[in-house]
Amino acid sequence: MAFLAKNSGKRSDATMRFLFKTDYGQDINLAKHGGHVFWYSTLVVLLVLAPWLVPEYWLAQATFVLIYSIAGLGLMLLAGFTGQFSLGHAAFLGVGAYTQTYLASKGVPFPVALVMSMALSAVIGVVIGLPALRLKGIYLGMATLSFGFIVEEVFARWESVTGGNAGIRVPKPEMFGWVVDSGQAFYWICLALTIAATLGILNLLRSPTGRAFVAIRDSEISAQSMGIHLAYYKTLSFAISAALAGLAGALYAHNLKFISPDQFNLLQSIDLLLMIVIGGLGSVHGVFLGALFLITLPQGISFVKDFLPDFIGNAPGLKSVIYGTVLCAFVLFEPMGLYGRWLKVRTYLQMFPFYRKGMFKRQKSFQKSDRLK
Amino acid sequence: MTSILLSAKNLSVRFGGVLAVNKVSFDVKQGEVFTLIGPNGAGKTTVFNLISRIYTPTTGEIDYLGPKGMVKLTDQAPQDVASLGIARTFQNIELFEHASVLHNLLIGRHTHRGSNLWQDLFFTAKAREAELRSREKAEEVIEFLGLQHYRDTYVAGLPYGVRKVVEMARALCTEPKMLLLDEPSSGLNVEETEDMAFWIQDIKNELGITVLMVEHDMTLVSKVSDRVVAMNQGEVLATGTPREVQNDPGVIEAYLGSVDDVSSLRRTAPAHKEAA
Repeated sequence: MAFLAKNSGKRSDATMRFLFKTDYGQDINLAKHGGHVFWYSTLVVLLVLAPWLVPEYWLAQATFVLIYSIAGLGLMLLAGFTGQFSLGHAAFLGVGAYTQTYLASKGVPFPVALVMSMALSAVIGVVIGLPALRLKGIYLGMATLSFGFIVEEVFARWESVTGGNAGIRVPKPEMFGWVVDSGQAFYWICLALTIAATLGILNLLRSPTGRAFVAIRDSEISAQSMGIHLAYYKTLSFAISAALAGLAGALYAHNLKFISPDQFNLLQSIDLLLMIVIGGLGSVHGVFLGALFLITLPQGISFVKDFLPDFIGNAPGLKSVIYGTVLCAFVLFEPMGLYGRWLKVRTYLQMFPFYRKGMFKRQKSFQKSDRLK
Repeated sequence: MTSILLSAKNLSVRFGGVLAVNKVSFDVKQGEVFTLIGPNGAGKTTVFNLISRIYTPTTGEIDYLGPKGMVKLTDQAPQDVASLGIARTFQNIELFEHASVLHNLLIGRHTHRGSNLWQDLFFTAKAREAELRSREKAEEVIEFLGLQHYRDTYVAGLPYGVRKVVEMARALCTEPKMLLLDEPSSGLNVEETEDMAFWIQDIKNELGITVLMVEHDMTLVSKVSDRVVAMNQGEVLATGTPREVQNDPGVIEAYLGSVDDVSSLRRTAPAHKEAA
């Protein structure tokens, strides 16, 4: 067996990689083979060195990508892995942001405030998770949508805490005498938290808790007969998802230095959902690809704008039209999102001369997997 | 004398005006294959759903010999049935489609999870150890049912016959005392049905699991069942060995109609009848 494995390693440069498994740990480890270890380590090293490699403006954008990724991880766990859609996720982002702002202005150290923002979001997530036990599909969407409106309204009206529609200034992150006042330091904080959140989600997904989520997504009745407590795991999924959104919200507030209720409206919720759908529902990679897409698209639009005739380039709502078109295109042509597209490209390269045209043709089946959830 | 594992007493279920199950009583002994037969709509699957607590009976109760002695199954929450040692398959296959076969089997290990949420989140040594144990158990089932070839295949791409086996494998992964099989041979070809018969016998003889099944294929039923109960329109018609039940006049009537029914269908000219 060892001989075969070695042999295949050599051949993998030329053709497909064959993975020979010799112990069960290989099914459990996050890095499935040496290639994973190498490429992900390289990625982390590049990200850590980024402040010296890219100009400040791009670093600020990268910080946004990281923050959206954290929120996206939460929403992906909820929508992509537990099958519960939320159209009000910006509300959790907002709860995190305002809690952080309030606590920071009262002088609570940054990490403590961060944990408390997450906790409060999680508690509210549990409260929202409760109706989710009875609602499915579009009805759950409606419930979470109205929750989003209610929370936005609270932000606007509770002026003593939130500053109302006029908005509120966010103090700099401060912990134990150290004030985080450079963009670089804040980028590293976001990077560390993103990596921690990603590892946490990956760990959940390879253990019984995450499998219970996936089971609920694919067949509730079957999950129940396997001994999975539906109410507990759905609520848990909402709580974890909300906690991550809260964390992202707290970082978002510090990054923007000024927040107001309209940053946490329906459009923000839709942006978050758009992000994970475009990235690829049901994949952790998709979160990051989606976040990259969400942040770079407006840049791309403003870049192209100058080359367009005036009546198109300066038309109001250009961004929304492009977003909508892109989303439609993805739903129609690539429901697996950017990550699905990447998998196809990778398979093509791996199998190079042997790739057949119809390989990824979607099988039209009328099984239960196609039913509307 | 073998002890009784499950005992249904006077079970009735009413859905609005429909009496789906009417005063059904039967006992399942430990270590036997017990089959429910009957025409469509006889209430067989409803009885299954009562045992796995998807429905609650209108009247009657089910006693079950759990790991901690006799319990009233009808008082248990639906998700607690699995940890009492009852696993089931579904007539129309309810697998987790967007997951691999191995993943499905590991979900079947849920009641035996050896780690809690926080251990999972940080994937501590304890969580890893529990995972390895689950993986080993899943592999035993894979080997038992010969699923090695499909281990890493996604369920959505599997043929129907294999899905049936995967569903049974997932049920076995819960390490049940009693296995409920809802029409294990439906949709299978002759060869696959024969395999299924062998597996059911192996499950009973090698693993010592009591099997309660609903089945239409009488060849399979007579081959593997120790006892059979025939139902029609929510009521029990007969209980006994497969041969006894097959020869029961009530059962024959339910499937084929009575002699009177047939004679009334015979077309005869009135004049001829008078002459006779």
